[in-house]
Amino acid sequence: MAHDSAHTNQSATKRIWYVFMLLSVVTIVEVVLGIFKPAFLVQTDILYMHLLNWIFIILTVYKAYLITWAFMHMEGEKKGLRRSVVWTVVFLVCYLVFILLAEGVYVHDVFANGFLTWNF
Amino acid sequence: MEATVAQTGTEGKTWGGGNKPLGASYGKLMMWFFIASDALTFSAFLAAYGFSRFKFIDSWPIADEVFNHFPFLHGVDAPMYYVALMTFILIFSSVTMVLAVDAGHHMNKKKVTLYMFLTIIGGLVFVGSQAWEWKNFINGTYGAVETRGGQILQFVDADHERVALADFAKTLPQDRIEHQPSNGVWYDADKQTSASFTVEEITKGFEANPNILVRIQQLDENGKKIVLSREASLAKLENDAVTTVEGANLTHNEYGPPLFADFFFFITGFHGFHVSMGIILNIIIFFNVLIGTYERRGSYEMVEKVGLYWHFVDLVWVFVFTFFYLV
Repeated sequence: MAHDSAHTNQSATKRIWYVFMLLSVVTIVEVVLGIFKPAFLVQTDILYMHLLNWIFIILTVYKAYLITWAFMHMEGEKKGLRRSVVWTVVFLVCYLVFILLAEGVYVHDVFANGFLTWNF
Repeated sequence: MEATVAQTGTEGKTWGGGNKPLGASYGKLMMWFFIASDALTFSAFLAAYGFSRFKFIDSWPIADEVFNHFPFLHGVDAPMYYVALMTFILIFSSVTMVLAVDAGHHMNKKKVTLYMFLTIIGGLVFVGSQAWEWKNFINGTYGAVETRGGQILQFVDADHERVALADFAKTLPQDRIEHQPSNGVWYDADKQTSASFTVEEITKGFEANPNILVRIQQLDENGKKIVLSREASLAKLENDAVTTVEGANLTHNEYGPPLFADFFFFITGFHGFHVSMGIILNIIIFFNVLIGTYERRGSYEMVEKVGLYWHFVDLVWVFVFTFFYLV
């Protein structure tokens, strides 16, 4: 099977520990930001969300990329396999998330502004 | 008449099935199929969580206040640390898994055995940690009161620090009638389902303690829960409160909307189920390694396939961690 990264024992193991280090650093950054919640990141809003939340999501996607590419050996697979898995999932997830979140915002607006008493 | 057609004319042709168009074995390809579909299942759950979150965007519980326990640190407010530890445990077990796969490429049975063993231990520790997290979530810390409309009222002192029900509620003379087997179909003599305090006891205790205030679920512009004035607190408690809520189940929880607890139980539960299945698969593979099945087969590809599943479980946790605890 295509495992370009596994030519020698040494380099493959080295890469695993390097990726582990990257994942740990990203997780620590997330936890530190989550505990301190810097005020300017919370107060700045981009596209319905705090900048801080966008940072969390981007770091999460980066971690997902590292796990899939390095640990699951996606980087060593054929282009066709990689694309048929990654593009399909990414496209459908974006679609699903867009539909549900847009609907959630709408329902919230109905609760907030609609002719409806619910806080009793 | 020929029973079978030996030659289909597709040998070596990419789309005729004559070779492996994606360069991966059947088993690995099927594992990728499964992972892609399972990823969609989990993203549907998380997107549904996002839907409810946006629906209640200005009254959703603050994760740091809900998940703030750490083993051996009773009463210490420790947000994030425990779940960060759990994340590290799972990432580390992913690392030992990929090391096992790597050792398998070199047909190193001893190393595969060691790393598979460590992976199983990591998985068990993770599932145990999750059980502890659930225990804290289900038991709750402070207790709250629910209104007729399903809103949760929590209690704080003058400094807006949370106060437990037991700290101020009065114990009134018991006028509760014990349920008898004669008047209930689902009577269970051992079951203790009643809350520690009735709403009346809480209201009386609240009236007697002038420095206690009611905190509602709505968030102010700084993302903090709004605390009512003393008068508004009293009015809210006397007019709207109907039940005491301690801890969490699927229909009531002291942290906020019942949906919050539902999603927590369902998503972390479904993930925990995946981890448990992964542990079982890992154990099967571990014993196969021990008895030398893959040594004889000449390939440790089975370790690689179960490894794909294990990394996927780790991948899902990375997203659960973000959307339940960080965002």
